[in-house]
Amino acid sequence: MSANALSQHYAEQVQHLQQSLPGSLPDWLAGRRDGAARRFADAGFPDPRMEEWKYTNVRPIATKPFGEAPVDTGVSAADVSALGFQGLDAYRMVFVNGRLRTDLSDLNGLPDGATVQGLGDAISHDPAPLEPILGTLAHDRFSSFTALNMAFMNDGALVRLARNVRLDRPVHLLMIGTAGNAASWSHPRILIHAGEGAEATVIEHYADIAGAQGFTNTVTELRAEAGAQVRHYLLQDHADGAYHVGSVFIQQRRDSRVISHNVNLGGRLVRHDLNVDLTEPGAEIVLDGLFLAGGRQHVDTHTRVHHSSPNTTSRERYRGIGQGHGRGVFKGRVLVERGAQKTDAQQHSANLLLSPNAEIDTKPELEIYADDVKCAHGATVGQLDTTSLYYLRSRGIGEQEAREMLVFAFADEVLERMDLPPVRESIEARLAARLPGGQAFETGA
Amino acid sequence: MLKIQNLQARVENGTQILKGIDLEVKAGEVHAIMGPNGSGKSTLCQVLGGRDGYEVTGGSVDYLGQDLFELETEERAREGLLLGFQYPVEIPGVKNIYLLKEAYNAQRKHRGEPEADTFQFLKLVREKLNTMQMDESFLHRAVNVGFSGGEKKRNEILQMLVLEPRLALLDETDSGLDIDALKVVSEGVNKLRSPDRAIVLVTHYQRLLSHIEPDFVHVLSDGRIIKSGDKTLAHELERNGYHGIIEEAA
Repeated sequence: MSANALSQHYAEQVQHLQQSLPGSLPDWLAGRRDGAARRFADAGFPDPRMEEWKYTNVRPIATKPFGEAPVDTGVSAADVSALGFQGLDAYRMVFVNGRLRTDLSDLNGLPDGATVQGLGDAISHDPAPLEPILGTLAHDRFSSFTALNMAFMNDGALVRLARNVRLDRPVHLLMIGTAGNAASWSHPRILIHAGEGAEATVIEHYADIAGAQGFTNTVTELRAEAGAQVRHYLLQDHADGAYHVGSVFIQQRRDSRVISHNVNLGGRLVRHDLNVDLTEPGAEIVLDGLFLAGGRQHVDTHTRVHHSSPNTTSRERYRGIGQGHGRGVFKGRVLVERGAQKTDAQQHSANLLLSPNAEIDTKPELEIYADDVKCAHGATVGQLDTTSLYYLRSRGIGEQEAREMLVFAFADEVLERMDLPPVRESIEARLAARLPGGQAFETGA
Repeated sequence: MLKIQNLQARVENGTQILKGIDLEVKAGEVHAIMGPNGSGKSTLCQVLGGRDGYEVTGGSVDYLGQDLFELETEERAREGLLLGFQYPVEIPGVKNIYLLKEAYNAQRKHRGEPEADTFQFLKLVREKLNTMQMDESFLHRAVNVGFSGGEKKRNEILQMLVLEPRLALLDETDSGLDIDALKVVSEGVNKLRSPDRAIVLVTHYQRLLSHIEPDFVHVLSDGRIIKSGDKTLAHELERNGYHGIIEEAA
């Protein structure tokens, strides 16, 4: 589709959107939405001339006339249990093509002071509490996709915990894409607000019915107030033909701790931006990540950690595996502000190439304006260690098995830090199926 | 069991290191191969183990009636030839118990036996851990990662005790061991001694041989075995050093 035709298409989309929005929007939200729509119209899709998009060309997304998915009622409880995590005891919200399916969700037993609800529902019935968070952390300095989400989002999830509320079970947000319409998109928005001393685990999980080729453009805003502890799982296991852009904005107050597990297994073209702002002393972020880029997959992750206050800590450990013709990108930026003394920042990116046609680019970026800080980074791209292979073979383990053991071990060192065994085991199995020797490798390569 | 004839080998596209080794090892025997640094001890072990980067330029090695060089590294191991490494390799992310179990089952599969069930296997491993005075927590640690020098060597012998090789080839197993660890490692090796098993100890120092008594001692120098004898040869080496023997042979 030509640029003009595409602009026309999106103009129609915006019009359509305004007709389909729930009820009448409060002024603040209508204003933010209009502003975002204008900014996206001005900026257009990112292109590789922009530094932040140097390695990722989004043409395959930008040239397709995506539109809202038709309502799909075909997804059943059986699909949910097949795509979900066996044995996981969680509050569950299921979305199909971006729209909440209350019939497949289960939020029974939430403790007092905990709000877990569909965002569309919150906007329609009680939007006022959203004002201080929705659209306040997210910005589109690095990615116009964030503005696109703001312009088009009409559903998602709100997880809000009052002071000192500890959620006894994780919240599992299962986002299912269906194969119904190849040109369908969705723009889920996830809001997580943990009050002072609150604790929660939220699993943002993207999985598809086989054959799905849609485009998911998601934005997550997470605010951890003083002393709050949040674990955020971001698990992307789309079908091989799907497109995914995810932008996460995390803001942390005094002594809060956020742990992020970001695993990317599926998708055709995948881009994640994780932006973390440590705004008060004692705030700590752990960013754990694993991505697999095989077949013709392109998987790009950008992280930006902003130490804007003294005595803040970041621990970042990302691993990538490239196989087939896969292409992986990891760029990790750490910015230490002038006043942010005693910052302790560590970043490590290790990458494994299993095929001569795979490529991974890794780029640490440290920008430090304070003089009393501990900052360390390391980045490697390599192949399987031949000495380790020889050692395993010298014990009688076949070469193929030895390779599989080493690749899996490489990846599992990231996964083993997950604290939910049903999630970890399921991800391990899905990973193994995509590695050499696994079924998916045969079809994906 | 093992018959090495006129074995010559070099580092791939590099210096000739083994210049014609002859050695025969029979079941039940314990052989010690001693030699100064650079004599070819480690190269001999690596060539027998099948490591990449070495090139056999002449001679033959017969193992249990087969041409050893026809076998891949893992096939040699499944046929019972196990190499104890001078520098055991650290493998992050692979648990010790997992390596042991995979190796054990690879061998059983090769012999057409069913895989061991977890309960049976653990029972066996616990008994061997005991011999090596290793704590059970070692099983759940990544292979050799963060192990001290002595713990790594114990772990090598633990693998031997579990896998029960027909021919154990121990490359400088005594290096880096303090007296106590040397004793434990030696006890482990002595447990391996049996009429249907052979052990080849490759070492620089005589001290290992006061714990594990060899039937034969060979002196390797500049890629050849220049002298063979019984255990008294090791004592002679201790007294006169390699220098004396090398001069005498020249």
